[in-house]
Amino acid sequence: MSASVAFEKARAEGRAALVGYLPAGFPSVAEGIGAVKAMIESGVDLVEIGLPYSDPVMDGPVIQRATEQALAGGVRTRDVLHTVEAVAGAGVPVLIMSYWNPVEKYGVDAFARDLAAAGGAGLITPDLIPDEAQEWLAASDAHKLDRIFLVSPSSTDERIAMTVAHCRGFVYATAVMGVTGARDSTSSAAPTLVARVKAAAGNLPVGVGLGVRSGAQAAEVGAYADGVIVGSALVSALADGGLPALRTLTQDLRSGLTP
Amino acid sequence: MLPDDRGHFGPYGGRFVPEALIAALDELDAHYRKAMADPEFTGEFERMLRDYAGTPSLLYDATHLSAHVGGARILLKREDLNHTGAHKVRNVLGQALLTKRMGKGRVIAETGAGQHGVASATAAAYLDLECVVYMGEVDTKRQALNVARMKMLGATVIPVTTGSRTLKDAINEALRDWVTNVDDTHYLLGTAAGPHPFPAMVRDFVRGIGVEARAQCLALTGALPDAVAACVGGGSNAIGIFHAFVPDADVRLYGFEAGGDGIETGRHAASITGGSHGVLHGSRSYLLQDEDGQTIESHSISAGLDYPSVGPEHAWLHDQGRARYQPVTDAEAMDAFALLCRTEGIIPAIESAHALAGALRVLPALREELGHEPTVIVNLSGRGDKDMHTAGEYFGLFDSGEVIG
Repeated sequence: MSASVAFEKARAEGRAALVGYLPAGFPSVAEGIGAVKAMIESGVDLVEIGLPYSDPVMDGPVIQRATEQALAGGVRTRDVLHTVEAVAGAGVPVLIMSYWNPVEKYGVDAFARDLAAAGGAGLITPDLIPDEAQEWLAASDAHKLDRIFLVSPSSTDERIAMTVAHCRGFVYATAVMGVTGARDSTSSAAPTLVARVKAAAGNLPVGVGLGVRSGAQAAEVGAYADGVIVGSALVSALADGGLPALRTLTQDLRSGLTP
Repeated sequence: MLPDDRGHFGPYGGRFVPEALIAALDELDAHYRKAMADPEFTGEFERMLRDYAGTPSLLYDATHLSAHVGGARILLKREDLNHTGAHKVRNVLGQALLTKRMGKGRVIAETGAGQHGVASATAAAYLDLECVVYMGEVDTKRQALNVARMKMLGATVIPVTTGSRTLKDAINEALRDWVTNVDDTHYLLGTAAGPHPFPAMVRDFVRGIGVEARAQCLALTGALPDAVAACVGGGSNAIGIFHAFVPDADVRLYGFEAGGDGIETGRHAASITGGSHGVLHGSRSYLLQDEDGQTIESHSISAGLDYPSVGPEHAWLHDQGRARYQPVTDAEAMDAFALLCRTEGIIPAIESAHALAGALRVLPALREELGHEPTVIVNLSGRGDKDMHTAGEYFGLFDSGEVIG
């Protein structure tokens, strides 16, 4: 099931899609699976499963701590694929978000094959740009997977057009210059970036990430983007308040998007 | 001419970074190419290297060491005599001058033991730039003196408390700072690694080592050397001395990696001889990783070599067979460290002692192969003052006051 299905469904309901991120293996593989299921039951339209990595240069302290804990607990790449498999039947598309080296080490085609077999929709690659992605472009075609590259406020129009042309499923717009993490105010650069991406993207949905932590902020971003991506705030909720807090926050975010 | 215009050395190098940094890397690449073709920039860079850093460094005919070893002529490229005590001053002056030219007012740097941090703080003080240095918390405690030096020079030192709290995590944190503040900040990367254009740019700023050594060797001996030896961590001093010799097919190039307790123990920092292909810190090269691609922590008695990857041009030179890479253990390096102290009255950096140890090891086979007494240049990339705590402990100088030898 491609990520585009989630965006179409939300669009039909006259709202933006809610995209929720949690790392696999946090706090443990089994509990991580339970958390993703709770997030789906509470209203996310699309799931990103983070693959914990030793050198997460795009992540702020919250996700760093969670993925460090997952790695310390012994999480493996195969556990991440298992997590995808365990939640893929719950009715929403499931993506993996991974830094590039673990995918390359697994074998790019083998990873694509096993991700597709697990029922995954595709892969978000925060440190792989299309310029370096020949092998992944081929593997994602062969296994019919979504490939989501990132664009940023510093991207030129040429790079936005090139990146969008290589995306399938949706385009991930990182709305602020910086690492992941909840912020009090969403970025003023975001609407401008989304408008620039939309000019190049045609019908491809645009998801906006980095910083959202409340239903009110979700509503603000959902007014101009096709999808609202939430990560650190959900990880914090799970870390500090367990499943009840995760459910409450997910419901709050989702209600912010309900027309 | 490598790299290609997207920074590839064969399959290595490239850019494996967030899209948010691409514009800054493109900007840096454009400024660096223009600057290297601008006599005003290259002239000022040369002037700073000569008048401020003290280059060209000497090529010293180490007759006492050569006599002790026997059957070889060993020449030492004395980068240890440069201002701040290592080859690194060449790179930081080049990048700091480029930062000024780009109109940015702030530099950030990573540091392991503190040498690159001190060099960066020095260049920033000299060229009036704000300087922030990221340093693993573990290292700030091990290297308190270097923290004080950086602060004395006006830099802010930020201890990094994530991951393994060492050099690789300091690089991660510097990259996070850069992606957040890229408009007014240059990342003054300390080695010939990272995303394009860093490997090529850092090489070009340090390649004077080899250019000088080649001319000095011709003037001194009337011929090119039979071999050039350097230590390899990230690989900047090695690529700096190798580069001018790469077209000289008869000059053997040896890169000596930190073998730590021995490759077989798994406790080492030898990315090429003990690692595998992968992507770390923005480029594809050799690195130390587990079967899932998670970075494995490196180990070496030498903080400057204690890095789990290596610059992409070394990966390429290795695959081409143009340079040969071999591990040198902590124990071998410390033997060479002591030997140079006693024979020549030169205390080398422990990094550089790896280069010397490796050179001494390959000499007999080289002599055999050549059928004559080889001339070997060893890059003495830095001085050992910074290592006296490590050396003092290793040789038991603090407890017993015993004399070694």
